[in-house]
Amino acid sequence: MTDLSDLATLPSVAGQPLTTARGIVVIHPSRDAYLGVAGDLHDVGFDLCSDLCAVDYLRHPGRDLPPGVEGERFEVVVNLTSLARRQRVRIRIQVPESDPSLPSLVGLYPGTEAMEREAYDMFGIVFRGHPDLTRILMPDDWEGHPLRKDYSVGRVPVQFKEAPGPR
Amino acid sequence: MTDQENARPTIADHDTGILRLPEDVVLDPGGLGDDFGEDEPMIINMGPQHPSTHGVLRIVLELEGETVLRSKPVIGYLHTGMEKTGEELTYVQGATNVTRMDYLAPLHNELVYSLAVEELLDIEIPPRATWIRMLMCELNRISSHVMWTATNGMDLASTSMMIYGFREREMILSFFEKTTGLRMNHNYIRPGGVAADLPDGWEDDVAAIIDTIPGRLDEYDDLLTGQPIFRERCEGVGIISPELAIALGATGPILRASGVEWDLRQSMPYLFYDQVDFDVIVGTVGDTFDRYAVRLNEIRESCRIVAQILEKLPRGDYRSQDKKVTPPPRARIDESMEALIHHFKIFTRGFEVPAGEVYTAIESPRGELGCYLVSDGTNKPYRLHVRAPSFVNLQSLPALLRGGLIADAIAIISSVDPVMGEVDR
Repeated sequence: MTDLSDLATLPSVAGQPLTTARGIVVIHPSRDAYLGVAGDLHDVGFDLCSDLCAVDYLRHPGRDLPPGVEGERFEVVVNLTSLARRQRVRIRIQVPESDPSLPSLVGLYPGTEAMEREAYDMFGIVFRGHPDLTRILMPDDWEGHPLRKDYSVGRVPVQFKEAPGPR
Repeated sequence: MTDQENARPTIADHDTGILRLPEDVVLDPGGLGDDFGEDEPMIINMGPQHPSTHGVLRIVLELEGETVLRSKPVIGYLHTGMEKTGEELTYVQGATNVTRMDYLAPLHNELVYSLAVEELLDIEIPPRATWIRMLMCELNRISSHVMWTATNGMDLASTSMMIYGFREREMILSFFEKTTGLRMNHNYIRPGGVAADLPDGWEDDVAAIIDTIPGRLDEYDDLLTGQPIFRERCEGVGIISPELAIALGATGPILRASGVEWDLRQSMPYLFYDQVDFDVIVGTVGDTFDRYAVRLNEIRESCRIVAQILEKLPRGDYRSQDKKVTPPPRARIDESMEALIHHFKIFTRGFEVPAGEVYTAIESPRGELGCYLVSDGTNKPYRLHVRAPSFVNLQSLPALLRGGLIADAIAIISSVDPVMGEVDR
């Protein structure tokens, strides 16, 4: 159904590990190649960035990664859509815990602005070059990044009124 | 930062009109002082407690007189950590969680979640279940759009429209209540099928709905579409070009109103949308009136689809017969100990989903509703991310508001149709 064989011939995509997940081509670029891959995909018609989100693989027992890609703690997942070709393609980038940063896609896809802020807010991944990388859903003075796996769910203590005495 | 990282700025800030202040500036109108002359731009705060913001949306506006220069939506007031909650609930419980995100289109949320789980499980859904899902989703689309027409009417000072819209929505919610037991937050579409078969006499109920709605839409046309005051407030207000809409990630009626024929039901068909006949409604100008017209006509198209489903809905199972995901029938529990244990296990422990990752997307009334699901092979999702259309569509608000009046801002916010439960999750 989807013929994506031409994607592998793009200069920036060639050499990057490619897999297929349920009919969708998944590209696993290195962090340095990330922006180039996204730029080339944008040029061949993947003009809508449907989704950008992060995943914390801290407690995941093991995921499918092609040979040559070493799993890091964080992963940023970008789903791009081509309106003209009616196709999707996915980019998965490994982001290490020691340096959780990634170049921003905002220049290329302005619609990723809020999504990158959400990923920063929830996972603490810094998108270099983002014009306004502040918290978006949590309060500005919040500590920690709630969707990280080492951030516990937490509980609000329930205050019960003291039970009335017999008299 | 290398030069390459910023080599491709396609759309500058001044085009999209997003208000950005230095990090140390606190957006507090009270702190701005009195030294602002009348000609200086002024920053004012709209919301979060504003009747026209459809929930708790706050917008920081930069004004020159009454003209909006730049603006910035501030969100998060309804954030309850539903994605984190989703990681704590089993796959069986998950539908109860996601259905609360977009509370005007709960069935779409359940559908995209169920489709993602089913794709990881790799199970087959019986045709009747798929048709029932389509029927319920299209009715939900009608009720959501009717609700939007109602609130939009109220924002533009047509209070009677508010009452009419709620009247029509009530018909559909009554049918939902009859079918699912609840008017909202149904938990009806579940991984494996739907929770229950359609009730007796559902054909008559649905036929009554699709017989009534088109006539009511003609009344709306009389009330709003042809009305000079309404048109004056909508036409030419908040125009967005197709290029900018795509760049900002806008989908749904905003994108279609700007003339892009992009509807996931037709572009990337899911369920059985490739077996029904309907048109994708597109606008030409991309203004507030086009967004109104697109939604109004989408109701008509949804009625067309529902009429076709009425004819095509086959007999059969309403949920998968895969024992792994489907509990045994109620009657079996009384006679079989194994069935009782099986039933108990499904609702306490749930079922395990093979490890993997999947992104599914459907066309919700507001645009592309996506679900990125990562499984680690246990009975709970490892990561559940919902791509909420309202969340992304809100980014087009500064571009729409730029250069308009504050009075137009009310019409424009309404035409974006943000559902804050979905924006903040």
